[in-house]
Amino acid sequence: MSGRNFFSRHAGILLAAAGLCLMVFGISRGEMSVVFDKAVRICMECIGIG
Amino acid sequence: MAEKNTEKNSKKIKSIHEWPRHGIQFLWALITNSYLAGFLQGKIYTGKLKSLCVPGLNCYSCPGALGSCPIGALQAVIGSRNYQWAFYVSGFLIFVGALVGRFVCGFLCPFGLIQDLLHKIPFPKKLKTFRGDKLLRKLKYVILILFVILLPMFLTDILGQGAPYFCKLICPAGTLEGGIPLVLLNPVMRSAIGWLYAWKNVLLIVIVLLSIVIYRPFCKYLCPLGAIYSVFNPISVFRYRVDKEKCTGCGACARACKMNCNPVKNANDPECIRCGLCKKACPTGAVCSGWRNEKQKNLTGKTSRDLTQA
Repeated sequence: MSGRNFFSRHAGILLAAAGLCLMVFGISRGEMSVVFDKAVRICMECIGIG
Repeated sequence: MAEKNTEKNSKKIKSIHEWPRHGIQFLWALITNSYLAGFLQGKIYTGKLKSLCVPGLNCYSCPGALGSCPIGALQAVIGSRNYQWAFYVSGFLIFVGALVGRFVCGFLCPFGLIQDLLHKIPFPKKLKTFRGDKLLRKLKYVILILFVILLPMFLTDILGQGAPYFCKLICPAGTLEGGIPLVLLNPVMRSAIGWLYAWKNVLLIVIVLLSIVIYRPFCKYLCPLGAIYSVFNPISVFRYRVDKEKCTGCGACARACKMNCNPVKNANDPECIRCGLCKKACPTGAVCSGWRNEKQKNLTGKTSRDLTQA
C-alpha cells in the first residue's frame, strides 16, 4: 500500500489521533483554564449585552 | 409504471418518521443542559465540567449548560492575551470531526433540534432550494474565518484581548439559550439591554421565521461549527456508503434529503448532516452507514476523490 493510499484510507483515524495530541498540548499549556474562566461567568457578548 | 413508482417513493419519503432522531437530540440537549437551578435562579452553572467542550453549538451562558460551546471557547482562547491559538479547542474539534463529521449537526446540536422542530410547522410553500443557495452555503466558511478566528485574533483592545465577535454579533443560539432566559429571569440583566440585544433578537427572529420555510437555514448558511465539521465529512471514520449493486438509481435518497445532498453522487457530502433520511428513503437498502471498515471495500463511500479516481 503506497503512503498516499494509506493516508486516504486511515485519514480519519490519523486526524482523530492528531486532534487528541493537540488537545493534550493545549491542556498542558493551560488553555483549559481560559475556557473555564470564560464559561463560568455570564458571557455578556454571547447574550447580547456586552 | 415509473410514475407510479415515483409517486410511491414520494409517499414513502413523506411518511418517514424522524422522531427517533429527535428523541436522541432532545435527550442530548437535556443531558448537557441539566443544571435546572440555573433556570430557577437566573444564574449559570459554575462547576468543573464547564472546562469541557460539548460537540454542538450550545451557549455556555445558557442557565442549564453544563459544558462549554466549542465556538465560544475557541474565540475565548484566541482572543485572550496569553495565547495566539487554541490548541485544546481546535484539537477537540478535529478529534470529533475526524470521528463522526457532521453527525454532530444531525444528532448532538440543540440549535439544530430547534430548527428541525420549527421546520415541522406547516407552511404553504416550503423552499427546498433557490437561486444562490449553493453560493450562500459558502458564507459559513467566511464567518468562521472572519468572525471566529481573524477578528478575535487581531481586533484587540488596549489590553490585547479580542472579543468573541461571532457570539457578539451573530450567534442566535446565544440569544435564545442564554440571552432571553437570563434577561427574563435576572433584573440586573434586564436593566442592561441595549441596541446589541435588539439586533441579536432581530437576527434570531429572522432565523426562526426562515427555519419554518427553509430547512436549517442557520446550519446551511451561517454556522461556523458546521463549517468546521463539514471539512471532515469526506474523511471521517463514521461514514455513509452506497452499495452500487443494490442502487437502482431511483433518486429517492436525493429527494428525501433536506440538505439537498445526493448520496449516490457523494455519500459523504460536506453538507450532509447524517440525519439518516436517505437510508430510510432507499427502497432497496443501498444506503448504509457505519465505521470505516476494510471488509466493506465493495461499498463505495463515494467521496468526490473516489469518483475522480474511478
